[in-house]
Amino acid sequence: MVNLEINDVSFSYPGADILHNITFSIGPGEMTGLIGPNGSGKSTLIKCIDTILKPKGSILLSGKDILTMPRVDLAKSIGLVPQHGTSAMDSTVFETVLMGRRPHAAWRISEEDINKVAHALERLGIGDMAMRDFSSLSGGQKQMVLLARAICQEPEVLLLDEPTSALDIRHQLEVLEIVNHLVKERNMSAIIALHDLNLGARYTDSMVMLRQGVIFSAGSPVDLYTPEMIEEVYGVKAEIISVLGKPHVVPIRPVEYGHFRPDDFKAEVSMEIPA
Amino acid sequence: MIKFKYSTIIHTLFQNSNIASQHISMNDHQGVSLRYCEVMSQHNPENSQSNASMSEIQSSYYRYHSRKVLFLLSVSFGILFLVGIAASFGSYELDLVSVYTTIFAGIFPGMGIPESVANTIIWDIRLPRISMAIVCGASLGVAGAILQGVLRNPLAEPFTLGISSAAAMGASLAIIGGLKLFGAYSVVLNAFISAFLATMVIYSIAKSKGMTPEAIILAGIAIMFLLDAVTSFMQYLGTAEQVQAVVFWMMGSVSVANWETVFIVFCIAVIAIPYLIYKASDLTIIGAGDETAHSLGINVEHVRMRTLIFAALLTASVTAFCGIIGFVGLVSPHITRMAIGGDNRYVIPGSALVGGILLLGADTVARTILAPMILPVGIMTALVGVPFFMFLFMRKRKELW
Repeated sequence: MVNLEINDVSFSYPGADILHNITFSIGPGEMTGLIGPNGSGKSTLIKCIDTILKPKGSILLSGKDILTMPRVDLAKSIGLVPQHGTSAMDSTVFETVLMGRRPHAAWRISEEDINKVAHALERLGIGDMAMRDFSSLSGGQKQMVLLARAICQEPEVLLLDEPTSALDIRHQLEVLEIVNHLVKERNMSAIIALHDLNLGARYTDSMVMLRQGVIFSAGSPVDLYTPEMIEEVYGVKAEIISVLGKPHVVPIRPVEYGHFRPDDFKAEVSMEIPA
Repeated sequence: MIKFKYSTIIHTLFQNSNIASQHISMNDHQGVSLRYCEVMSQHNPENSQSNASMSEIQSSYYRYHSRKVLFLLSVSFGILFLVGIAASFGSYELDLVSVYTTIFAGIFPGMGIPESVANTIIWDIRLPRISMAIVCGASLGVAGAILQGVLRNPLAEPFTLGISSAAAMGASLAIIGGLKLFGAYSVVLNAFISAFLATMVIYSIAKSKGMTPEAIILAGIAIMFLLDAVTSFMQYLGTAEQVQAVVFWMMGSVSVANWETVFIVFCIAVIAIPYLIYKASDLTIIGAGDETAHSLGINVEHVRMRTLIFAALLTASVTAFCGIIGFVGLVSPHITRMAIGGDNRYVIPGSALVGGILLLGADTVARTILAPMILPVGIMTALVGVPFFMFLFMRKRKELW
């Protein structure tokens, strides 16, 4: 079973230290959320794990250090869904997803590759746009296509860099539901950088909170989310309420300081999780 | 009321989430859609969206693929047809049948077809020129496709990296500066060596900046201005005849064609184009972004450097013999992409064929429109090509970039 261990990872650009001594691990079938304010190093850490950036320290995938692995081998194991999706000029959705087969495929595209792309498109429900131009899609559709591309890579670890930031709530849920099911179904590991603390609490098994390039705290969302933590990391006052057994952060506007009544919410959200 | 809505929304979300999990078997690989909205739509039919089945997706891909192959075949036949027409035009008029018969007899000498005047005209005069136009057009088309793909810039063309300026400077050194180390081939070799040296300088500068498209383009443009200044300085010093010779050379012409020169350009094309087609998939993925390409297992810097060197080699070989022939390298990849999309495995051979047919067409018009005067093909490529390109451009509905 795949296990990803990030040991003492640090990264700096000339004149700017970005990440310091990041250490955590993730097991198969787990989703780990990376949260933290803008500039805390979430995207940099994702890029380091995908070796787009070369960090110090070691990142072990089932015991092997990925920083010394050949690029193609790594691409068979780790798939990335970038924050802003682009594709090549005049590429169709099918061709964009087919790129995910590159680590496995030879020059000639095999029938197996075509089947896998068609299967991924069908499963994500975007088969009807297979021959559409990628650039003509909406943000949510593009995110789906990029997810399909990463699935076609058949990776053991899926990295998602703020996949829901530009999406409406329906597409946010759509993307995260799919990732959640894939992780459980294929026993993959997923690391997902998120800004939305509440979505993170609902979908991830554990969270790593970054602040200024270091791990501020890590653990389950229930343990992690406290009004004190939110204020210290984000500089925002907040109430933490419980929604369906998950912590839910309600940020408070400055004009509401002293006027907020937690009872306003508690009465309405104390429902049970459906069986 | 507001509170009620809040709780209702949360309840609805989780209710549907639960339905979603009920409908998606964890071990089911047989085409169960994971799409959340589809599950939502079971409760709200207005939300429903169609989704093609796997076999429909496959067949639409195969149809699209067939269209690409059909395009390549059509342009290939177009070139064969145009070869016949081009060979029949000239001061000695020939009909199409005798043209093809003579070409056929030359390729298969054992067929017993008698030699005639047409044989000399076609094989010694017209076919070398026609072949040169096709090979040069193909080389420029491929170089354009590579530059646009690798630099992710639709305005890139074979001369973006200052290759034309370097070649013009090399030619000026021979024509005006008197630097004739290679005898009769001085103009050609000076142009080639200058073009290639300039390319190497650009690569060295860009490499120190990580071979990003921006670094390559900026280095190329800076070198281009520098070399243009040197050429202008030499023209300022040159005599009227020398300046005229340089200007004529810069207009571009395939009139130097003989089987020897065709062979040299052909050899470089035959080495470079298959290599570039071999790297086509990587080039397509690089078009999606360096980080994406890296993530998919591609050594972006290596692929970019090697493909650009081959593209520069193709451009330098054409420019050395024929001068600066603009437009073909810019529009051939665009025309190809408009017809068959952006997959470089087809765009590269397609650009070669379209480039070949464009340059052959332009040269045929250039040498017949004001016969017996033969115009430089560099003038005609834009005069013939722009209306054709605009026609395609206006017909295309979707946004290009």
